[in-house]
Amino acid sequence: MSAATGPEPAGHLHINWTRCDGRGICTELLPSLLIRDDWGYPLAADPELAEKSRIPFGRASERDVADAVALCPRLALTVLRPR
Amino acid sequence: MTISPASAAFRGTNAAAPEGNNRLFAAGAYANYRSHLLTYGPAGTGYATAGLLELLEASGLTGRGGAGFAAWRKAAATAAARGRFGGGPVVIANGAEGEPLSFKDRTLLHHAPHLVLDGLLAAADALAASRVYLYTAASNLPPVRQAIGERPEAGRIRLVEAPDTFISGEASAVVNAIESGSATPVDRIGRLTEHGFKGRPTLVQNVETLAHLGLIARFGPDWFRSAGTERDPGTRLVSVSGDVPAEQVLEVAGETPLVDVLRAAGADPSALSGVLVGGFHGRWVDPGNLLLSAAGPAQEIVRPGAGVVFALGSHRCGLAETARIAAYLATQSAGKCGPCRFGLPALSATLDRLAYGGADPALLPELRRLQSMVAGRGSCHHPDGTVQLTASALAVFADDVDRHLAGYCNRKELLS
Repeated sequence: MSAATGPEPAGHLHINWTRCDGRGICTELLPSLLIRDDWGYPLAADPELAEKSRIPFGRASERDVADAVALCPRLALTVLRPR
Repeated sequence: MTISPASAAFRGTNAAAPEGNNRLFAAGAYANYRSHLLTYGPAGTGYATAGLLELLEASGLTGRGGAGFAAWRKAAATAAARGRFGGGPVVIANGAEGEPLSFKDRTLLHHAPHLVLDGLLAAADALAASRVYLYTAASNLPPVRQAIGERPEAGRIRLVEAPDTFISGEASAVVNAIESGSATPVDRIGRLTEHGFKGRPTLVQNVETLAHLGLIARFGPDWFRSAGTERDPGTRLVSVSGDVPAEQVLEVAGETPLVDVLRAAGADPSALSGVLVGGFHGRWVDPGNLLLSAAGPAQEIVRPGAGVVFALGSHRCGLAETARIAAYLATQSAGKCGPCRFGLPALSATLDRLAYGGADPALLPELRRLQSMVAGRGSCHHPDGTVQLTASALAVFADDVDRHLAGYCNRKELLS
């Protein structure tokens, strides 16, 4: 678990790869969670992360996550909450 | 009700449960409905009344299409979703078999279509399905159509043609193909068993899995478990190809040593560079003492995946072979997900350089970097499966990697 998320993630950011085309707004809003890969697509900043399409985030990132979801021009991001 | 063991001769017929490992093709080549019934007895009564889901759970049957997931879990999840989610459940027999090295499903549909229909109809009845589909390549439709015509109760099965692409059999692509005509994977947060075809609970099972299911409904879980082992019960079909005297489909018991499968197909395990098990999304292994099994400790087993066993003769270069397969897999990306669309060609190009002559020490770390960049970043497992293949090649052909990096290859099929 990376320092950015803490032990208990507030939620997970799901990336719909079939929609994403690497515009990069999410990587600008969430630099502690997402960097860009060779082709510009968002890549989990934590290289140890097991699920690379389901990025955990902490409470401190809530606002930026909400912005990233709202501003993604491809509507490729979804917030998943613990059931 | 108590399930009696293998003695399960079917009530009211002379048919007995098949003995030994020849189960799915016991009715002979191109079996019609009559020879099917003479061999196995009628379906739809007997054990099936005990509750198919319970029988499936007791049988330990796992999926034979690739993932090897417990058949009863998927069926139970679909049953549980019934009523909670809109519409009646949908049951789909998946006979797409996009794996170029797999031909066991095709063989099954041509020679034993009625077993598949038995299993499909039994699953559809158990789930009170609203729609029933069989999805397979155009070349397999005639024998299935003929089999359906031989039994009126099969008239509810709708046939859908699968395109000839690698990814056409991926479960979400199957549902998408039937729903929209486009056999490409779609992004899913939930499971198909809950939200599948038009939002309905949907069970997608490989045709061989359904054939076993049809027999379990007849003869019971104890009979099913009389072949194979506790942790890998029953039999499975394998497509054996590559450097063997004749390509063939074999039916083998669970946990059969891989070398026994190779020898049964006439290959000498000591004369091989490596063996690709599971298909293009599978892994290269050195057969050693590995058992072909859906479950067990990682160092003792190799998962059969789609049932592919491809033998590579010791005169051939495993890196060149893997580069060829990776190039094909890159062309088979549906192109929907960026990391797969761009990552697989990059991985393939780098592997090409290693296979065909680039004695550059940076190639190996670059391959590893690309593998980790691609894996897990798609809506289906195409990138993950491709990385499993290339990573296993780097491990099993590690000596070849060293030679290639030093500028030569000691296989007869040489660097050009």
